[in-house]
Amino acid sequence: MQLDEFFVTGEPLIYGGMVAIALVTSAILFILTYFKKWNWLWREWLTTVDHKKIGIMYILSALAMLFRGGMDALMMRVQLAFPGMNFLNAQHYDEVFTTHGTVMIIFMAMPFLIGLMNIIVPLQIGARDFAFPFVNAISFWSFFFGAMLFNISFVIGGSPDAGWTSYTPLAGAAMSPGPGQNFYLLGLQLAGIGTLATGINLMVTILKMRAPSMKMFHMPIFTWSSFITCFIIIFAFPILTVALALMTIDRIFGSQFFTLTGEGLPMMWTNLFWMWGHPEVYIVILPAFGIFSEIIATFAKKRLFGYSAMVWSIVLIAGLSFLVWVHHFFTMGAGAFVNSVFSISTMLIAVPTGVKIFNWLGTLYKSKIEFSVAMLWSLAFIPSFVIGGVTGVMLGMAAADFQFHNSYFLVAHFHYVLIAGTVFACFAGLVYWYPKMFGHKLNERIGKWSFWFFLIGFHVCFFPQFFIGLDGMPRRIFYIAPEWFTLNFISTIGAFGMGVGFAIFVYNIYYSFRYSERETTGDAWNNGRTLEWATAAPVPHYNFATLPDKVGYDALLDMKEKGETTFDESKLEPIHMPNNTGKPIIMMGILAFASFALVFEWVTLAAIGLIGTIIMMGIRSFDYDDGHYVSVDEIKRTERAARGLNDE
Amino acid sequence: MSEQDIKSGPLEYRTENGRLAVLGFWIFLAAEIALFSTLFATYAVLYGRTADAPLPGELFEPTGTLIMTFILLTSSFTCGIAIHEMRRGSKKGLITWLIITLVLGLSFLGFEIQEFIHYTHEGATIQSSAYWSAFFVLAGTHGLHVTLGIGWAILLLIQVMKRGLTPVTSRKVFIIGLYWHFLDVVWIFIFTGVYLLGMVM
Ligand code: HEM
Ligand SMILES: [Cu+2]
Repeated sequence: MQLDEFFVTGEPLIYGGMVAIALVTSAILFILTYFKKWNWLWREWLTTVDHKKIGIMYILSALAMLFRGGMDALMMRVQLAFPGMNFLNAQHYDEVFTTHGTVMIIFMAMPFLIGLMNIIVPLQIGARDFAFPFVNAISFWSFFFGAMLFNISFVIGGSPDAGWTSYTPLAGAAMSPGPGQNFYLLGLQLAGIGTLATGINLMVTILKMRAPSMKMFHMPIFTWSSFITCFIIIFAFPILTVALALMTIDRIFGSQFFTLTGEGLPMMWTNLFWMWGHPEVYIVILPAFGIFSEIIATFAKKRLFGYSAMVWSIVLIAGLSFLVWVHHFFTMGAGAFVNSVFSISTMLIAVPTGVKIFNWLGTLYKSKIEFSVAMLWSLAFIPSFVIGGVTGVMLGMAAADFQFHNSYFLVAHFHYVLIAGTVFACFAGLVYWYPKMFGHKLNERIGKWSFWFFLIGFHVCFFPQFFIGLDGMPRRIFYIAPEWFTLNFISTIGAFGMGVGFAIFVYNIYYSFRYSERETTGDAWNNGRTLEWATAAPVPHYNFATLPDKVGYDALLDMKEKGETTFDESKLEPIHMPNNTGKPIIMMGILAFASFALVFEWVTLAAIGLIGTIIMMGIRSFDYDDGHYVSVDEIKRTERAARGLNDE
Repeated sequence: MSEQDIKSGPLEYRTENGRLAVLGFWIFLAAEIALFSTLFATYAVLYGRTADAPLPGELFEPTGTLIMTFILLTSSFTCGIAIHEMRRGSKKGLITWLIITLVLGLSFLGFEIQEFIHYTHEGATIQSSAYWSAFFVLAGTHGLHVTLGIGWAILLLIQVMKRGLTPVTSRKVFIIGLYWHFLDVVWIFIFTGVYLLGMVM
């Protein structure tokens, strides 16, 4: 293979990207070396098994991916701003919308939420860590390397260009030769391992590691939504695993699953993809519902209205999410009867979703709302998401969908649900739990600026798209007809508004790190209701000095009323914690190497990498690391310092 | 994690970690069920789409498949005895029966590889048609699981020999027992759904 086949050449934008990557990488390497931080980085972060640090790494990576996906989005919007625009050519445009969609759903939304779950769920249930801390680190590194693998496609080998849905036969070997599509397949496969492992890990954690006497129906609602999400992950991700594997075998080893020769069935990919894909959209929306519920209860200073209705509607949504996948391809000829069945099941989902909306409104009703930034994101979510849901029901009417399908109406719909739902929730959750993670709040004033820029930008960007869609503009085109100009131009302005909002958000992180007041109480918003607010901030690595006992619903609120805390010095005992280990990063690094080799169809090299991974697993099997104990003295010192008590 | 927090009951359940790991593995098996169901569904959808390749009925033959089935079922049984011996606290019994299980597993694999080679010679390969792609991937995934199981069990055998029966080793052995039985169940579906149906139709 020639070097110029290996690196992507001939595109000024991509040369720019290469230079930027080279500069940033060398800057990071230089800073780490200059300040002698390598050792620290390895010891404190790369080898950590602490769920909170892993969560923070998830969120940092997700923010980086949001930046990458956002750049893709802005490039598309520039291209679509004027008719006859020559910013991206057709091929490049295809690559950009493919990577945008994939990065946003797989490498941004899901990891961001999983990051928040990582940090918060064990705290909310009064646990010291995940059930399997080692596996948790594996999960993170498999996501991280999967994301890296997918992202380098843009400078090495070439990006995939068959859409985030990668329909066959377009995505097959005949019509998409070269490594691009392989990057998609193997990047997602690698990250998928981690997601499945997290699903199992978190489910065991929630089932088995709750504080004694916390009943299932006492669990905070975010924990509930995470729990149900785990169910969806466990049953949906294996479908993706199989689908990706089949296409990989098709492309690299010449099998005939989705081909047009050999009597393969391209439609089978579409079915498999959406049997995973529709549940996937609920994997990224249910935790978001949980986050909003927590925030709304906290800042409305009221008990969540209809807690059990909330829980049951999540369960119902999760169940229904597996029964509606055909609505993504009503137009592909399944026939009137099948379409009707799936049309009805689709519209059924609106019922439990509606229940939840009324629960939030009921919580807000006659309450004293505190308009903090986290609350603003949550309040903005409700009407925006309703627009997304109502248009979803419109799309769900099979007959009408023949008009809307693959138009900008659809694009507007899913951005209304995904951004107003998931992205708002990620921001809201980050702002809300920020003091828990870092020991200081984000600045509220700057936060409001970023909120308003983002919110207004969002509506300016996507609301017009409903109308462009009805005017007949299809999705995934790189030029626009003159009559679509005005609305597209408005949309592009909105997109840049969101970009500014995001930039302010990131600036806020820096600003608050420098200037925000440090946290002393642990209950940063003074209205914490659930157990995560009962620990000190930042949270000691063992979470709870003494495990909370006899907890019920809104556990912290009860404790506050009775004047109790989770820290009882007389009851301290040594705490057992797992040791840090470099094995997860090494194991997944080797697997990433194998995947990279397979992308270029270097089968021998891939096999060597795979054997290396298996050897690492063997080594792990012989590893009888027992962890260590945190001494009572150390716990006392940490807790006293965090709680501002003086040493005796 | 090596300390025991319960004094009675099966060894593998006596530590918190043991109980967590066993539950985690059950949930993992649920995901495996989803995985194999998807493969079975794919197989069913592609059934009959053999293009110019031989039909399954022409190649499948009852004796070989029956022997394979018999071997694998027996191995599940011996694996059960191995766990039983472990519960009785007999390290020697566990090792003996585990080795028997491994030998049976290996001979199953031997038959399967031979069978695949035979089909390939007859012109049915993973590339020859959608049906055969689905067949080889479904049966092959099961075979791959068996291979991994054998490698894994050998590692555990060494650990049991070195460390004896501890809460950790017995937990690991118990889990591979679950895994092995699971593969047996999957095989029964392959036997009936793929081979028997393929021969009849
Ligand atoms: C009331 C609930 C909802 C209904 C009735 C609904 C309905 C639909 C329908 C029928 C389609 C297919 C339209 C077409 O291709 O012509 C669709 C597409 C889509 N929906 Fe929804 N939806 C709902 C909620 C959600 C949520 C909560 C999310 C994500 C968090 C979501 C994300 C998407 C995405 C990403 C697509 C486009 C997929 C693609 O083709 O690339 N939807 N929705
Ligand atoms: Cu859907």
